Amino acid sequence: MHRLAAFWESSVGKKAVMAVTGIVGVLFVIGHMVGNLQVFQGAERLNAYGHLLHGPLNELIWGARVVLLVAVVLHMVAAWQLTMRSRAARPVPYAVRTPQVSTLASRTLRWGGVLLLAFLVYHLLDLTIGAVNPAFEEGNVYGNLLGSLQRPLIAVFYIVAMGALALHLYHGAWSSLRTLGVAPESPSPLKRRVAVAIAVIVAVGFAVVPVAVILGIVR
Amino acid sequence: MSHDDTMQITVRVWRQPGPAAGGALVSYDVPGVSPEMSFLEMLDVLNERLTERGELPIAFDHDCREGICGMCGLMINGVAHGPEKATTTCQLHMRSFRNGDVITVEPWRATAFPVLADLVVDRRALDRIIASGGFISAPTGGAPDGNAIPVPKPAADQAMDAAACIGCGACVAACPNGSASLFTAAKISHLGLLPQGQAERFRRALSMVQQMDLEHFGSCTLYGECQEACPKEISIDTITRMNGDFLRAAAQPPVREAATGSI
Repeated sequence: MHRLAAFWESSVGKKAVMAVTGIVGVLFVIGHMVGNLQVFQGAERLNAYGHLLHGPLNELIWGARVVLLVAVVLHMVAAWQLTMRSRAARPVPYAVRTPQVSTLASRTLRWGGVLLLAFLVYHLLDLTIGAVNPAFEEGNVYGNLLGSLQRPLIAVFYIVAMGALALHLYHGAWSSLRTLGVAPESPSPLKRRVAVAIAVIVAVGFAVVPVAVILGIVR
Repeated sequence: MSHDDTMQITVRVWRQPGPAAGGALVSYDVPGVSPEMSFLEMLDVLNERLTERGELPIAFDHDCREGICGMCGLMINGVAHGPEKATTTCQLHMRSFRNGDVITVEPWRATAFPVLADLVVDRRALDRIIASGGFISAPTGGAPDGNAIPVPKPAADQAMDAAACIGCGACVAACPNGSASLFTAAKISHLGLLPQGQAERFRRALSMVQQMDLEHFGSCTLYGECQEACPKEISIDTITRMNGDFLRAAAQPPVREAATGSI
């Protein structure tokens, strides 16, 4: 137990926890995005998918929910604690500071994470619990989705959140493997082809749904 | 050189009389700057003029002025060691600036690097990280033959690249988190890549990371700013290696050992 505490206490240990929980998140969003695309195959197909997840695969879904909840909480707590440490590490700011190579994605990682958390809470209230969705009807995945995204402001919020997700993934999918010490050595270590692909594919894959609803392609 | 080649610049320098005193940026006009001067020579000229006027000269660290000792280091217009890549402050020349430029000069900013005076910071925190594990244990005696221990060429090259670290602290200064990860990782990599460094490889990673945290450096977000600021162009690949060694060490059962001699 003492060793586990020492691991959690160290900055590299906390980062490793963030990396592992982040990878859990990356795998989840890829799966979620692919599942969502069934909206383009019509209401029946999407609702059948929903019934599959909540019927025969119910235990699996609950297992996944527990894992995801633990991952999100650990990711947030570690991020908060590391952010506080980093703030404390430079109490006097520079009068002039000129970033050289750090990306927009890395510099917005923390506030982007806060935005994603707000989105996550709204999204669960909207399409899982239904508390903020006027058209909510248990089991009617397709109808709930339309009821929510046919309101332009909500659709825009979903699209903006996917922009934040793209930035978060662009940095996180790349840095997690370095944090875990498993990334191969590279003559240009800041290049990240795989992370770009993951970020773009996931964000576009999610965002096409609200776009299609606004444009009336999905109705 | 003809008189026409000289530049007139303005420097805004952080002035702070002592560790506990408050500080502020103070502007000085510096006429007659030759483009061939190094940045530190420009400060020397300014200091000479300040002394003649009866003012206190600007305190800054320097020693070899050849880019190899790691003593100098200034934040110049928000960039550690100034605008030239792979260049220490002492090797930066005024030709990198233009006539009429206003140049802001600040000390390294970090909790672990308290300002002693003006542009001089206390970097002993880096020494304590080294002391916590940046060594190998070897029996004393005659120097062994250089070729007695085979070292694979790639390992020798990578270790040499990491060993280029001069401990200037630019990585800490450039890091938005004030992290010393690149410094610590360079030291861990330089020893951990070589056969002589294997005996203490994992204990070293644990101790040095722990000391880095104890010194109140921030954590690594992999912004990459450190690698760009490093005058010796040390790669963030070393940070990957440090993380890997730390995680492998953390997964191993702890070893009981005597402080000295045999158990």
